[in-house]
Parts: sequence; structure tokens; C-alpha cells
Amino acid sequence: MRQFFAWLFLIVLMVFLVIGGFEMVHPFGEPPSTMDQYIIDNSQVEAGSNNVVGAVVFDYRGFDTLGEATVLFAAVTGVLLVLRAGEKKEET
Amino acid sequence: MSKIVRTVANQLMLFVLVFGLYVIMHGHVTPGGGFQGGAIIASGVVMLIVAFGSGQIKKSLRERRLALVESSGALLFILVAFFGIGTVFFYNFLVGSRIFGDIPPTGPNPGDVWTGGVIPLMNLAVGLKVIAGLSGAVLALALFSGGEEM
Amino acid sequence: MTETIIGNFPLVAAVVLTGIGLYILIFRRNLIKIVMGITILSSSVNLFLVTLGYREGGIAPIYTDAPEGPMVLPVVQALTLTNIVIAVATSALILSLVIRIYRNTGSLDSKKSRRMKG
Repeated sequence: MRQFFAWLFLIVLMVFLVIGGFEMVHPFGEPPSTMDQYIIDNSQVEAGSNNVVGAVVFDYRGFDTLGEATVLFAAVTGVLLVLRAGEKKEET
Repeated sequence: MSKIVRTVANQLMLFVLVFGLYVIMHGHVTPGGGFQGGAIIASGVVMLIVAFGSGQIKKSLRERRLALVESSGALLFILVAFFGIGTVFFYNFLVGSRIFGDIPPTGPNPGDVWTGGVIPLMNLAVGLKVIAGLSGAVLALALFSGGEEM
Repeated sequence: MTETIIGNFPLVAAVVLTGIGLYILIFRRNLIKIVMGITILSSSVNLFLVTLGYREGGIAPIYTDAPEGPMVLPVVQALTLTNIVIAVATSALILSLVIRIYRNTGSLDSKKSRRMKG
């Protein structure tokens, strides 16, 4: 019974993805872009860097990089916390 | 590992360090930046762990030092973001000033390193954070299977 | 029909990878295979994100010694960079939890470690 519902869910999701990939997304190669055109034209004057992707990551979208640095910090702390060898039991 | 592998790993680590630092510091001129350069140096540290064994690397990369470097990288990132608080939180306040403040000519040009404003400092901070974080995580995983702990 | 598939080939590849990743996540019971399925799913999402920003005959969005041509969209590439770093971090955390489960229960079957014992 559970197998039947799992297969049904997978097939419905894949049909939706195939139809969505060909009908609901803009045609491959012609994206609508006003914000990106503004960033490409003005990134050398406002941010002063030749690398437009670097300027987007650190200057126009700096908050996303702050969130990503926080996630990296939390994950490394979690790894160092989980992988501790067992401590000796203390007598209370 | 055998003597040939240990000697080659020793000599190659110098080139990996120089290449990783080049990718980090030229992040505003060529493709690259903080995250990519940090991953390059962390993979060099993984090469050293495979060649020498995790027990010997643990004597040089202790947990206190790695935690100190990673926390200082994160704090430097937030500190540089706070300095432009006069206008907005992440304001690029060094464009036009004397440190890293040149403005490149519009259109394709051979790149100049002293441009970019705040971006090279942020690249350095994120590079330090990624080096310490990824090396610490891989060292902890390698030590736990041997029975010891970090 | 085949011309549409060959014309939009990166989108077809992203859909196929999503299907493979979801199949592994639903129907397999070994814990290491489930971690591999999560990684394949995140790879398909990254491929889809980069495909959305392509322009016909475009060049890389960097001004140093750039050739002629329009530039592809840079914001989508920044989102993909963030996604890759987050995927590495969460994959390390998941693998450390799998190591703990194997050391405490002795098997890698997800049905044996489902009940929470007291």
C-alpha cells in the first residue's frame, strides 16, 4: 500500500516537472532582465571592481554572504561537537 | 605512507599555498574570491592528512588555534561591514579614497589590483574562515575513526 | 520533439537528475545511499539555477580582458555559489551523524535506527 502511494507521488511530481520545464520557464537563452542589466552596466562605477560576480556577492547582496558565513560556522561547530570520544563517567 | 609520498607532499604544499593565496587576493579582478581560494588551501591540507596520518597533523593544527582563526575571520567580516553604517549597513565606503580606491575605466581593460573598495578585505576575511573551518571539519572526521578525538 | 529536447538540453538534464535524486531518497534504505541522493538533488538544483541565466552567445561577466559579446546574468551565479557552500557544510554534518549512528547501533539500515530507545 505504501509502495503504491510512493510511486504515485513520484510519477505525479515528475510529470509536473517535465511539463513545467517546457512551458512555464522562459525560453532558454532569452532571460528577461532589467536588474541584471543595471548591475552589469554600473558595477565598475559604483563598486569599483572588474569582477561583476564578486561585486554582487560582497556588495549588492552582502546579506546573503553574511547568512552563508553563519551557516558555515554553525555546521563546523556542530561537527566538532558531535564527534567527541566518550568521556569517563564521574562519581558524584 | 611511504617516503616518496611524504616528500612529494611536503614539496607540493608550498605551491598549493601560493596558488590559493593568489586566487583569494585577486578575487576582484579575475574569477575567484574568498570561498574558492579557501577550498583550494583546504584540499592541500587534506593532501597532508592523507600523506602523514592524522595523528601527526594534530600536533600542528590544534583545536584552539583553528577556532581562533575562524572566529577572527568572521569578526573581521562583520567589522568591515559596520564601518559604513553612516549610509547603509554594507556600504562600500572605500571607493574613491586612497586605500583600494581607484575606479577602473568602463569596458574591457587589463585589470588593476588596487581597485575594488571594501571587496579585497572581505575576500581575505572569508578566505581565513573557510580555510580554518574546512580543515577542522576534515581533521575531526579523520581522527574519530582512529579512536582519538580532536 | 527531439529538436526541442536537444535545444534545451541543460533543462532536460536538470529534470532527469531531480528524478534520480528523489527516487533514491524515497526507495532506498541504506543511510550512505540516502546521503548520496541528497547530494545529487542539490547538484540538480544548482544546474537549474545556472541554466536560467544564459544568454545566446554570451561571455563570462568579468571585465578584465573581455572578448566581444553580451554578458550572462551574474546574480544567478552568486546564488549558486552560496548554495554550493551551504551544501558542503550540511553534508559534513549529516555524515558525522551517520558515523555516530553506526557506532551506537551497529548497522546502516534506516529501519533499525528508527525507533527511539530510552
